[in-house]
Amino acid sequence: MQAISERSATARKRLSSPIASLATVVIAVLWSLPTAGLLVTSFRPQADIQRTGWWTATSFTLDNYRQVLESQTSGRSLSQAFVNSVVITLPSVLAPLAIALIAAYALAWIDFKGRDLLFVLIFALQIVPIQVTLIPLLNLYVDAGLAGTYWPVWISHTVYSLPLAIFLLHNFMRGLPKELVEAARVDGAGHVQIFLRVLAPLLVPAVAAFGIFQFLWVWNDLLVALTFANTPGTNPMTVALANLAGSRGSAWYLLSAAAFVSMLLPLIVFLSMQRFFVRGLLAGSVKG
Amino acid sequence: MEIAAKLGQLALGLGAFALVVTVILLLAGRFNGPKADRRLAWLFLAPTVLGLAVAVVYPALRTVYESLFDAHGAQFVGLDNYVSIFSSAEQLHVLRNTAIWVLLSPLAATAIGLVYAVLVDRSRFESFAKALVFLPMAISFVGASIIWKFVYEYRPDLPGVSQIGLLNQILVTLGGTPQQWLINAPLNTLLLVVVMIWIQAGFAMTVLSAAIKEIPVEIIESAQLDGVTGIGLFRNITLPSIRPTIVVVLTTIAIWTLKVFDIVRTMTGGQFDTSVVANEFYTQSFRSDNQGLGSTLAVLLFVLVLPVILYNIRQLRRWGA
Repeated sequence: MQAISERSATARKRLSSPIASLATVVIAVLWSLPTAGLLVTSFRPQADIQRTGWWTATSFTLDNYRQVLESQTSGRSLSQAFVNSVVITLPSVLAPLAIALIAAYALAWIDFKGRDLLFVLIFALQIVPIQVTLIPLLNLYVDAGLAGTYWPVWISHTVYSLPLAIFLLHNFMRGLPKELVEAARVDGAGHVQIFLRVLAPLLVPAVAAFGIFQFLWVWNDLLVALTFANTPGTNPMTVALANLAGSRGSAWYLLSAAAFVSMLLPLIVFLSMQRFFVRGLLAGSVKG
Repeated sequence: MEIAAKLGQLALGLGAFALVVTVILLLAGRFNGPKADRRLAWLFLAPTVLGLAVAVVYPALRTVYESLFDAHGAQFVGLDNYVSIFSSAEQLHVLRNTAIWVLLSPLAATAIGLVYAVLVDRSRFESFAKALVFLPMAISFVGASIIWKFVYEYRPDLPGVSQIGLLNQILVTLGGTPQQWLINAPLNTLLLVVVMIWIQAGFAMTVLSAAIKEIPVEIIESAQLDGVTGIGLFRNITLPSIRPTIVVVLTTIAIWTLKVFDIVRTMTGGQFDTSVVANEFYTQSFRSDNQGLGSTLAVLLFVLVLPVILYNIRQLRRWGA
């Protein structure tokens, strides 16, 4: 206790040195001001945005949000893209979880020949950048007649995330006490019962960490969506936003509001589940 | 598609994935006999092995093969595409920009994250101050690019026209003339790297802050008894203790930086001499329809990322031990 309070005393001393406090404030301001500027802009009348800087803002409106959500910007309104983002994200988070859970169970708790080699091979696939797979995979989808549906983007996100998900869940399962599984086996439980009744409840933290990481990954992804879900009927908000920036790059009344609509959900998830988010992020640092 | 139809698609997709897993679990319950375990394991692994083989391994090998062909994949050209990456002036600029990105962004993001983590450590407003810097991690690269594009926005330098971009306003206030930041090379590349630094500093700060808090109290205590404080404490105690973590953070950000293309695509589209390998891959593959060169750039990206990832995994292992 003594040491901790001493340490905080040093910390305070350090902070009270003028250069240190100045550096802290400068970084904090640089990291929040750009976002704040665009946020203020998104609530200003269109004419004001074009004429004066956001730091002079006096009048505010919700018109920009109404416009991006209702009007048909580049063929589709942003609310369509919002629905697409939801439709793309849910299966792209849940499917890899389910598939990775059973795969990780097999790798962690069932003895079979070639198990270690297979685990290493799956883990090793994490190093393949997705760019290397895009074009041949796109051709496969086109040949299978899946172009223009959600299936290509669902399947791609699911498969791309498997090496990381299996790696995380496998390590977590191996960390659980062996006796749990052995006791259940002695009682005559099969693998399916063990998996569903004994292990599933214990896996919640690992599932949450991966789930949140994957949610933000998919929701914020541009490359996979641009390649596999680039039709007006299926494109998510990142694609809609990037297209808007390309076609109407100076329409800041639309861009600012659209940007914040797309950030809303990740920011809520981030603010409410910061702890899991950080854990998932650390674990997923080599993904992609 | 109407919203109801989209939700129908969603239900169908979720249902299909659920059906696959349910069928596997039901089948698994029926296995018995001496080889039951082995068959069960392969059944549980079937979707994974099938998916990775079809959607990752085959396409990756195919891309390597395509990189030996011309723009339309018709004519075998050997290593011509690789030669042109390292000889055409345009592609050399792409390589130079990629080098700038991968050197600057990890170093700057890690340095800023480290300094900030140390400065706010154990201060009264620590968690709030950290949230401010970490927040950009939750935003998409596209969103972050739009935020910064607005900072760099330019209005012609005419009487009666005021600047709406923050950077130009600051410049004008200081007596300068407004600049078209995103058009003038090579400064524009640096301004794009700023966006990546802005996003990644929060990651560096979070990981390094956790490492700083894990330094044993006794070590700090005994250093303080020896009269080591402030910058001396940072240089002699904190820095050596968290060195492995710093290496992991640097390499991790380097990997992300090599692969990121959203920022370049959203802010300049790779124009004005700002393209990087990941963006050039996209442009050549999907815009210029040069399949051979696109595939070659993808392979190059793999080759660039590979040593960094292998090094990173080794460090992570040592770190975990």
